[in-house]
Amino acid sequence: MLRLDRVSKTYRVGTFGGRELAAVRDVSFQVGPGQVISLIGESGSGKSTIGRMILRLTGVSAGTISFDGTDIAAFKGRGLRAYYGNVQGVFQDPFSCYNPVFKADRVLEMLRPAWFPRLDDRQWRDKVAGSLEAVRLDPGQVLGKYPHQLSGGQLQRLLVARALLLDIRLLVADEIISMLDASTRIDVLNLLGDLKARGLGILFITHDLSLGNYLSDQTVILRRGEVVEQGPTDRVFGRPEHPYTRALLASVPQLHRKWDRTGPLARQPAGEGG
Amino acid sequence: MTLKVDNLKVWYRTLRGQVQALDGVSFGVADGELVGLAGESGCGKSTLGKSLIRLDGRMRHVGGTVELDGKELPIADPERMNGFRFKEVSIIPQYAMSALNPTRRVGRMLAELLESRGVAMAGVRDELLRRLELVGLDAEVLDRYPIELSGGMKQRMVMVISTILNPSLLIADEVTSALDVSTQKAVAETLVEFRDRHYVKSTIFITHDLSLVYQIADSIIVMYAGRLAEKAPTDTLVAAPRHPYTRMLLAALPEVGVRYGTRRLEGIPGSPPSLLNPPTGCRFRDRCPLAFDHCAEQPPFAEVAPDHFVACWKAF
Repeated sequence: MLRLDRVSKTYRVGTFGGRELAAVRDVSFQVGPGQVISLIGESGSGKSTIGRMILRLTGVSAGTISFDGTDIAAFKGRGLRAYYGNVQGVFQDPFSCYNPVFKADRVLEMLRPAWFPRLDDRQWRDKVAGSLEAVRLDPGQVLGKYPHQLSGGQLQRLLVARALLLDIRLLVADEIISMLDASTRIDVLNLLGDLKARGLGILFITHDLSLGNYLSDQTVILRRGEVVEQGPTDRVFGRPEHPYTRALLASVPQLHRKWDRTGPLARQPAGEGG
Repeated sequence: MTLKVDNLKVWYRTLRGQVQALDGVSFGVADGELVGLAGESGCGKSTLGKSLIRLDGRMRHVGGTVELDGKELPIADPERMNGFRFKEVSIIPQYAMSALNPTRRVGRMLAELLESRGVAMAGVRDELLRRLELVGLDAEVLDRYPIELSGGMKQRMVMVISTILNPSLLIADEVTSALDVSTQKAVAETLVEFRDRHYVKSTIFITHDLSLVYQIADSIIVMYAGRLAEKAPTDTLVAAPRHPYTRMLLAALPEVGVRYGTRRLEGIPGSPPSLLNPPTGCRFRDRCPLAFDHCAEQPPFAEVAPDHFVACWKAF
């Protein structure tokens, strides 16, 4: 369905764009229907840049991203519109995705004139109810409410419901769990699991290895824009081959297993950016 | 016992009424103990950390006492608290990245800070250099401006500055939340190292991440909606939690190293109550699968086993 073929992204930085910064280098992977791919990396690894390129929020410097065999860079006008009918994104901070002046369900209403002008009020209500049900929200609890009256988990699920209204086939989920509390984040994760079972392809971008492990079929580990390891999740987490993946896995805090304390301060990373 | 908090109540004044963010909290921290304070957003964990060092304008001390090394902390009196801050109680703030004065070189900022507490920079200089070396910073960072340091370097610099006067109590408020996993591990282990070297006597480590606090803490406090739910030695709390909230929270954590396949974890239905007009009785009652009639009455935070405190009727 979605295919990335040796995709790179370079930014021009410095005075007059004199220097080049490679944010993503030669990344290739595929997402099929009903597949969850985790894109895992620390800050600055280029994971969000990849998501933004797939959503065409930023251009590709080299390589191609194709959807159903067509290069997405070629989409214009109607073609681009159809692409967005298939591919949508949900981002990290649900609290800043809403205009606090308007009711939260406005994110759903705004789709109606452009995408569903022919539906009458009852059909529209049924459609909204169906998509809210898919994200396990009670319409009575969320419709007609202002953003501050809803919890982070509800707001985030409402954004997923908005994407589902369009009958999308691929969801780019960029750190959608990070801002949520432990007791509600698992519900959003399980929701993604349900959507996967319905045939939706999901690109799950995260810095949290345990979330990637819980959900995904395939895992791509990124470091400074390059893929260090990719493959089935069981293999990447169970038998990591690259030393970076092993180091990453060793530093993840786990319940029931404590860190090896081997001279913590000796291994302090020198001047990591933050 | 280094720290003794007894029935502490701190409320926020808002236009719509009193937010009872901290409502009758009692616990103790022993000498050399590293206590993890975990809970969800809005449960009052940061309020608890802040009220031990500085109440901001909206916070009001409603009742209860805090005792540090046998002396009562005048937490409601900002002037008198000045005598304790930095020397006795110190904090590593949540946003260490923006905690340094951008207009001063780091060394000069620290010298001014020490001067304001009546300590000469010359007296602590040797110790300072030793500690900088310990966290892997070069002495020349003192001649640099904060903008010239990376995020991780600033974080370590703030940790050294906060503890330079060997405070009795250190509050570390979500110090690792903005960091990558490898840096997070280094910072967490540095806190343990500081305790082991007696730079600080006891530490309260505030976090939302139970698996992180499990790595370094001696005991863990779990907070829910302005009250303490459970306090126990780390291994006991994780292996044999008694409060239903702690159990459900631990069961909702996905982990690395576990194969899930088709198995699903369960979240906790519902959301925490508003603290503006909190319900009477146990505050977890509405989300609790074990709730029964007796829960309409507030359960005491009682010791059910040595060092194991739980606020739940079903735990006795």
